[in-house]
Amino acid sequence: MSARTNEISKGIDWLLVGLYMALCAIGVLSIFGATYKEGEDILQSFTSFQTDYSKQLFFWILAMFVAIAILVTDSKFFTATANLWYAFGILLLLLVFPFHTEIKGTRSIIRFGGFQLQPADLCKVFVALALAKYLSRVETDFSKTRSQLIATAIALAPAIMSILQQETGLALVYFSFFLVMFREGLPAGILIIGFSFAVLVVATLLLNPNTLALILTGIALVAVYILRKQIKRKKQILITIVGIWMVCVGIQRFLVPYVFESVLQPYQVKRIYDTIGKDYIPSGGTVILDEAPVRKKDDGGDYNVKQSKIAIGSGGFAGKGLLKGTQTRYDFVPEQRTDFIFCTIGEGFGFVGSFILMGIYFVLLMRIITIAERQRSVFSRAYAYGVASVLFFHIAINICMTIGLAPVIGIPLPFISYGGTSLLTFTAALFILIRLDADRQMVLR
Amino acid sequence: MSVFNQSRSTVIRLIVAGVFLIIVAQLINLQLFSSKYEALAFNNAVYPKVRYPDRGIIYDRNGKAILNNTIMYDLEVTPSQIKGVDTNFLCKLVEIDTAEFKKRVVTAILKNGRYRPSIFEDLLTPEMHARLEENIYKFPGFALVERPVRVYPFNAAAHIMGYIGEADSGNIKRSSGFYRLGDYVGKTGLESFYERVLMGKRGVEYMIKDNKNRLVGKYENGLYDTAAQAGRNLRTYIDIELQQLAEKLMQGKVGAVVAIEPQTGGILSMVSGPNFDPNMLTGPNKQQNFNKLFLDVSSPLLNRAIKGQYPPGSTFKPLGALVALDEGIITPSFGVGCGGAYYGCSRPVKCTHNNPGHAANLRLAIANSCNSYFTHIYRLSVDAGKYKGVKNGYQKWKGYMNAFDLGVRVGVDLPSEDRGNIPDSSVYNKVYRNSWNSCTNLTLGIGQDMMLATPLQLANSMCIVANKGFYYTPHFVQKIDGETEADTIMKAFRIKHEPLTSISDDAYEAVISGMQDVVEIGTAKMAKLPGINVCAKTGTAENYRIIEGKRTKLKDNSVFVCFAPRENPKIAIAVIVENAGYGGTWAGPIAALMMEKYLNDTLRPERIKEVERIAAANLLPGYLVREQYKADSTRAYNWFKMTKDSSAIQRFLRRERRRDSIRESESDPAPKPDSRTTYLRLEAILPEHFSFTPTQNS
Repeated sequence: MSARTNEISKGIDWLLVGLYMALCAIGVLSIFGATYKEGEDILQSFTSFQTDYSKQLFFWILAMFVAIAILVTDSKFFTATANLWYAFGILLLLLVFPFHTEIKGTRSIIRFGGFQLQPADLCKVFVALALAKYLSRVETDFSKTRSQLIATAIALAPAIMSILQQETGLALVYFSFFLVMFREGLPAGILIIGFSFAVLVVATLLLNPNTLALILTGIALVAVYILRKQIKRKKQILITIVGIWMVCVGIQRFLVPYVFESVLQPYQVKRIYDTIGKDYIPSGGTVILDEAPVRKKDDGGDYNVKQSKIAIGSGGFAGKGLLKGTQTRYDFVPEQRTDFIFCTIGEGFGFVGSFILMGIYFVLLMRIITIAERQRSVFSRAYAYGVASVLFFHIAINICMTIGLAPVIGIPLPFISYGGTSLLTFTAALFILIRLDADRQMVLR
Repeated sequence: MSVFNQSRSTVIRLIVAGVFLIIVAQLINLQLFSSKYEALAFNNAVYPKVRYPDRGIIYDRNGKAILNNTIMYDLEVTPSQIKGVDTNFLCKLVEIDTAEFKKRVVTAILKNGRYRPSIFEDLLTPEMHARLEENIYKFPGFALVERPVRVYPFNAAAHIMGYIGEADSGNIKRSSGFYRLGDYVGKTGLESFYERVLMGKRGVEYMIKDNKNRLVGKYENGLYDTAAQAGRNLRTYIDIELQQLAEKLMQGKVGAVVAIEPQTGGILSMVSGPNFDPNMLTGPNKQQNFNKLFLDVSSPLLNRAIKGQYPPGSTFKPLGALVALDEGIITPSFGVGCGGAYYGCSRPVKCTHNNPGHAANLRLAIANSCNSYFTHIYRLSVDAGKYKGVKNGYQKWKGYMNAFDLGVRVGVDLPSEDRGNIPDSSVYNKVYRNSWNSCTNLTLGIGQDMMLATPLQLANSMCIVANKGFYYTPHFVQKIDGETEADTIMKAFRIKHEPLTSISDDAYEAVISGMQDVVEIGTAKMAKLPGINVCAKTGTAENYRIIEGKRTKLKDNSVFVCFAPRENPKIAIAVIVENAGYGGTWAGPIAALMMEKYLNDTLRPERIKEVERIAAANLLPGYLVREQYKADSTRAYNWFKMTKDSSAIQRFLRRERRRDSIRESESDPAPKPDSRTTYLRLEAILPEHFSFTPTQNS
């Protein structure tokens, strides 16, 4: 028996397990801090599974069983069934359309019995697996555009369905798989173009259209001036510069206004404007104050962010202490046990606590990347990058949202936010990685 | 393939590190360099709840509480919780209709929001409270909340105690931010004068509120809370039984009674008629009651004891004598021969007596209230050679008056006291274009001309006579419980004033004996008390009032001053009953009963009938009816103009036809109002002082 245990535990990266346990503990503690009501018998509440923190504790225990189950599974199982899991995920996502229950405006949740399932959330693991599987195929040559498009399709198919289910936040997560593809050879230019595009969109929102057009023209002229010698030799460069300039102006003049007016919901536009600190004036000409016609889950983004910033800012250097934070204790911050859980830490434990948490996440991500790089199989490495990307995206967007650097997008903070599906998904993703890493000597296909 | 693109791992690490750096930078910005968030969080979550202290209690001289605190109940509503309330039933209990119910709930939401309780109906009557108490469990979202209220257990001393009300913008401004909206402050009376003593110190309780503004608990377990300090109690000189008797006697009369303990200046009783029950201005219907009192033309809210200004008439004579004695102009044996009038000036001043020798010395002159004698000594005083001229002499005489607290504010511990009137010589200079002499205003010697005094001043002047030359500023409060040096408010009342310095005891005895004679053999026989030597002086003053634009002579004011016992004065009283005739008819008996009650602690059984007789007498002047009618109908007309609601005016239009029958017989043509008097307040009624038709001075 002990030999068997040794065999299972052999090669397990205990640092990851330790970080995982620490984060889950912080999570339960934070949920306790956010939802504990004066006068509750703490011990009793923790064992009765009636309160949020005891439920989270329960989920954690459940997640650990799942983790153990994953650890005792042969790692070949994951490579073998990766595509099956993906197909299962897509099926679930399709089932959502006829069988969804509308909860807080989102149509992405299936409900059976007392249990809620959000396939779009679960699918992250499946996509990571399937993408890794696809990239690790011998016949895949990722330098070909065709392969790149197929990989993109694998990553974004759930995202598109998620958008159709009106769960934009989760859909955005799938874009993080571009990091995996980048690592596996997607041309850097695509990332740069994507980044430039984002800068251009933000600039469009911030600046007067004419000013921005002038700036773009200026940049183009400077580029022409710098490259004047090469242009003399090759006329294509000039054509390229003019082409880029025209595309940029086109995006700024026509595409962004079109998307904002016709594609996005007013509340989404408002949130984006809130983040960059401008009033949203729709074409009708009146300022929309708090209008969330479809989704009420996290409406009034501006209020949330304000209260969240107050909570975190009032924590100061050392924080107010657990259960002493007035902002989080008295419900000024909405959704504070789920999306805004970081406020509880920021207020209760101040800069010290926030910094330690950021440190733990940072070590976790760096460790996953290190692990990824030491894999011998492409599957394991791509999968590890998939996990890292998803975690990174979640952490960055969630925390940036609470401190006012990103628009309010309702995605949870990994391992800390309240929620069974989220915790189980992340636990499974992480422990599959640990399992694969334990078997890194094997070459998996 | 596995090492292919390895450099991109570094890029990804750098991206992660970059984003984390941005996050940490923003955390540093928010948590270490922005101080505003702490304050914002504090304001968000902490609500400083003011704890109001109990106001101080006011006791009478025997330790009975005459102004106390009690608990009444407010009905509060929390709008977010009122689902499923049987509105009709609740409306029936609170005696409103459902439209009103809706209106009040909307007001509550606008005022305090949905989640905080607001007052639905304040100060429930005991019956309403009982009804609601039984059924309150049926109305979720409604609660009965205790509220401290002032109560006057003896239903007496309304003018003395005053009342409290919500601080108005004036109070708040004057207090330079000490009071806040919703605070209660003393509006009049002792409540106002001793506001700082009675109010105590507010406490603050820091409460935590949640995102819906509900208070959910104490902040930091009350570490920063300050406890409310109860207001300090006042011990007064008031004898509440005497006060009640006086109020009963003044029923149905316009006027005032003031009783002072001469040795201390402590006011035993002060009544202004018409009176009202002080409890009208606390409790459920206070606004309604206040409006009623405010619109009553007989001005029950006016404290005539300190704001009513009356010519003292003959009651002034003992003081005139004291001035002359102190100046050394007369001796007690000084006498004049009076044949029924004073002929020293161009027009005679009539005297009620004409038998020779009735003013042979000071004592006789006081006992007989000889007009000739007192006009004469007034002229001697102001014309005395040592002052070189009447103007200097008059200023000197006025100085005496002011030292007696006549013509200046006495400084009693009540707000808005009036000063009466002793005109400055400059006033006479102006009125008579600098050419006047002692003949011009000689009736000052018999308490007339422009002289006006408040009942309090009259009572105080009796204290000077009773004390033989000294007095303490009249005041109600004997001491403040827990009094310290810091209570400078009490200092003024402990200074002994000695306006007269050079009068021998014999001279005082002559004056006092004269006043005792008034009781024994003169016009104040009704004030005689068995076994007690009473000294008194009656007065009767003509008075006029401008009614419907005409100056009309009304029935004389009945004035009475006295003190007793002669040997060791315990009580000095001044009584004025407007338009009641001779001083001895109504004012005298009232004073007599009060003296008996105070000195003997009780009234003889046979005197009870006298009390009832006086209490039952309605001496309210008849012109009040007409004035009330005019005031009410004018208001009804204005109301009609404003609202086009004719229901109020209809009543008056119907009565208008019968107006002539209601109208008083006041048609005698009266002399035109004298421009020289119109600058004075016509609160009390001026005597006709230039006609020189002798007034009846008994």
